[in-house]
Amino acid sequence: MVRKNNDKNYMRIEFLSKSSNESFARVVVAAFASQLDPTIEELSDIKTAVSEAVTNAIIHGYEYKEGIVVVEATLENNRIDIVVEDFGKGIEDINKAMEPFYTSKPDLERSGMGFTVMETFMDELEVESEVNKGTRVRMSKTFKSLSNKE
Amino acid sequence: MQLTIDIVNDYMIVKLRGELDHHTSEYARKKIDQRYYSNNSANIVLDLRELNFMDSAGIGLIMGRYKNCIDRNGKVSIVSTSPYINRMLKMSGIQKLVDIYQTIEEAIKG
Ligand SMILES: Nc1ncnc2c1ncn2[C@@H]1O[C@H](COP(=O)(O)OP(=O)(O)O)[C@@H](O)[C@H]1O
Ligand SMILES: [Mg+2]
Repeated sequence: MVRKNNDKNYMRIEFLSKSSNESFARVVVAAFASQLDPTIEELSDIKTAVSEAVTNAIIHGYEYKEGIVVVEATLENNRIDIVVEDFGKGIEDINKAMEPFYTSKPDLERSGMGFTVMETFMDELEVESEVNKGTRVRMSKTFKSLSNKE
Repeated sequence: MQLTIDIVNDYMIVKLRGELDHHTSEYARKKIDQRYYSNNSANIVLDLRELNFMDSAGIGLIMGRYKNCIDRNGKVSIVSTSPYINRMLKMSGIQKLVDIYQTIEEAIKG
């Protein structure tokens, strides 16, 4: 199959901050990403990272109050860029939040591993946040599989 | 997410199927704890082989059961064969606290 490698593609979804939407969001992004023919393992990585970011928006950003979560993804060459954004409570100390095992909600049996998972499974992770304004997580991954196939 | 529980001697064997995320882990936790505290088996075996997705909520679920079992002088064991889930377990350091087996039989012999 001949593929124009420089095609750019973009998608955006928004949904209510309900935990039942965690699986919806990761499945949508994975379906979109599959246009780049990633391996099953690369797709799992994307799904897991999206699941972590969306869960954080729902349980930490909005703390189960109703709000809107936005997920965007851009495909360019063999790379996917994902943004997960909420307009909730924000993060006071991003460095502390990103430490492995740190959680502000141990009572909910959170493991504090969410950011570590995103960092490990994706190539790049950037977190921007402002208290009472919201949080924006941007992550990207380059699929190795594509270059091998061509 | 589907969950079935079997009791074998001192072991409560929990088989999880489908996707384990924050949403489904709350259901799993309630089911497991309900049964654990209405029963006297001390140990829990979590069979993760039929999960096709698990994020860090799974780590939280395992850690929580680990603590409950410690309180009863029991232990948690995991049955997992998926490289993807094993990588997650390793990343969390949980394999230092709980043993990971390939089959339920090994976990019970453990
Ligand atoms: N979208 C968000 N809005 C507000 N706080 C957040 C958000 N995402 C993460 N956090 C903060 O960062 C901490 C660490 O997140 P994470 O590594 O995913 O662990 P966990 O979700 O298990 O607590 C959270 O406990 C929370 O305090
Ligand atoms: Mg998290």
